[in-house]
Amino acid sequence: MSAGLVIQLIAIMVASSCSILGAFLVLKNMAMVSDAITHTILLGIVIAFFIVHDLSSPFLILGAGIVGVLTVYLVELLHSTRLVKEDSAIGVVFPLLFSIAVILISKYASNIHLDVDSVLLGELAFAPFNTVEIFGFTIAKGLIITFTVFVVNFLFVIIFFKELKISTFDKALAATLGMKPVLIHYMLMSLVSVTSVASFEAVGSILVVAFMIGPPITAYLITSNLKIMLFLSIILGSVSSVIGYFLAVKWDVSIAGMISVVIGVIFIIVLTVSPKKGLIFTFYRKKNQKIEFSVKMLLIHIFNHSGTPEEKDECGLDTMEYHLRWEKKFYNKILEKAKELKLIYIDNRIFKITDKGKEFLKQKL
Amino acid sequence: MNIIHLLISEHTFRTVAMGCMLLGSVSGILGCFAVLRKQSLLGDAVSHASLPGVCIAFIITQVKNTEILLLGALVVGMICIGLIQIIQNNTKIKFDSALAFILSVFFGLGLVFLSYLNKLPGANKSGLNKFIFGQASTFVERDVKLMLYTGVILLIIIILLWKEFKIVVFDPDFAKTLGFPSRKIEIFISVLLVVTVIIGIQAAGVILISAMIISPGVAARQWTDKLSIMIILSGIFGGLAGLTGTLISMTQSDLPTGPVIVVVISIIVILSILFSPKRGIIFRIVMNKRRKKIFKEQLKNKKIKQTNVQRGLEL
Repeated sequence: MSAGLVIQLIAIMVASSCSILGAFLVLKNMAMVSDAITHTILLGIVIAFFIVHDLSSPFLILGAGIVGVLTVYLVELLHSTRLVKEDSAIGVVFPLLFSIAVILISKYASNIHLDVDSVLLGELAFAPFNTVEIFGFTIAKGLIITFTVFVVNFLFVIIFFKELKISTFDKALAATLGMKPVLIHYMLMSLVSVTSVASFEAVGSILVVAFMIGPPITAYLITSNLKIMLFLSIILGSVSSVIGYFLAVKWDVSIAGMISVVIGVIFIIVLTVSPKKGLIFTFYRKKNQKIEFSVKMLLIHIFNHSGTPEEKDECGLDTMEYHLRWEKKFYNKILEKAKELKLIYIDNRIFKITDKGKEFLKQKL
Repeated sequence: MNIIHLLISEHTFRTVAMGCMLLGSVSGILGCFAVLRKQSLLGDAVSHASLPGVCIAFIITQVKNTEILLLGALVVGMICIGLIQIIQNNTKIKFDSALAFILSVFFGLGLVFLSYLNKLPGANKSGLNKFIFGQASTFVERDVKLMLYTGVILLIIIILLWKEFKIVVFDPDFAKTLGFPSRKIEIFISVLLVVTVIIGIQAAGVILISAMIISPGVAARQWTDKLSIMIILSGIFGGLAGLTGTLISMTQSDLPTGPVIVVVISIIVILSILFSPKRGIIFRIVMNKRRKKIFKEQLKNKKIKQTNVQRGLEL
């Protein structure tokens, strides 16, 4: 396998396993918890390292997983006192745990390769060179780890799909159905921490957040169906990984950074141009709605006054403007629109409604 | 005694201690608004997301001038807040998802710029990433002055716009009905927050600055229900943590200043949550016990009364 292919595969695995969990974080309004976890797992890694004294030991992942869950638990504990709001609770807990990790590193482990920068930043380009032998094949270690994590996450979501779905949207219902939403919640959070550990070596802890949140919220813009959202997030994450990789190679810049930029760009494109919910569409719809509404108001005004004694004043060519109380520019625009659609006509310097206009009113009311 | 001696005699030491104290106070004061508006993590997001701003400012000017780099960070920080607002107002995506998304994507963009810069010839660019990870022990007099001036300006703004800020923080909709430009004031508060974050970030680093924005406010909130007192307390807590943290880290070997400050302010938070009167957990437990006791006594009295009535006795 070429180095490029290995990098792409790892990126796809990371993106897929992150976004499949991230979708639930987004729906549970816990996106920032992922940011907190990606920082605090450093403490788990450090403590596990002090116990086993081996940087490549799987216990490091275990330690990180435990601290990740501990983070969530502490945040919830702090929040449950009702003295601190949830966002503040996150903001109090994660700097503390992260700081303890940094203090431990600089006090007792400054001579080993466990610096904060490497955890925060990561480097995907080095991943292919760290290999292991399995059944005579030389395979990149990162690929094996990320693939395993992806399989575990995927199976978790498939097996517990019903439980996850119900406890995400209605915790109380899940509890009454006997689904143990708290257990599901902590299982999800353990997987989020394990995924963060497995991914940060490749992409760095902060970009794990981009991989976790970016594809799901993009998919969320497109669909409201959870299954489709999960599927789309995996696709979007994978596509971003491949595009990002090629752009990074082309411009010779950070691969993981470029992938997250691509994730961001895809989000912005979907946000602006997506049908039904995109910014452009919404903008035009709002504008059209306003115009259509105003035309309707105009027609109602003319219709109500046609044939009455005050018609000459209320619907007069020069006087109607004062009765509608619109801005001059807007008034002219609406008038033009109504004339253009042949909904009104002028008779003897008085605005009259056409048959088509009456039909229009009947239809829209 | 040794510490006091150090404080008076040693110049670097004094500068760092002063800087951390000022940073703690200023961010503590501004942080109150963020905490009350449930936007505590905005500081975290802005501080990560400002990395591309620093890089772009450097690419354009090719000089590592602190003020210009900070300006770049500031501009990008504002753009982030704008984007978060757009996402929040126009989609079903919630505030925290938008925050996490913008934070990480902009940070990714920053990494792209950093790796691009590392390729360029010339040695001047090193240390740009240190800019946002920061080191409190590298405070120089200029940083302290910058912090002092910004702090004073921010304070004056808060005092001048006190009424507006207060009402917008607690009830923006009510403020709107009163004719206050709620939205503009909300944005203005966010801008002030970004300024604080950006000023602090270079000296203190991302994690410290987010802790310093949130924790003093959270601690102060436990002791009072009055905004003015909360802000003053928050400033004091922040300053105290900054000073104590520096003292501890400077007198011990191998203790990084920033994280020690975070630990100190976290201890203040924990103590406040446990021991504050009226709201604190200890107080609550004591009150609950007392209430239970009174309730039990009442119950007992009632029982005695009932049995007496049953026996036909009048009390």
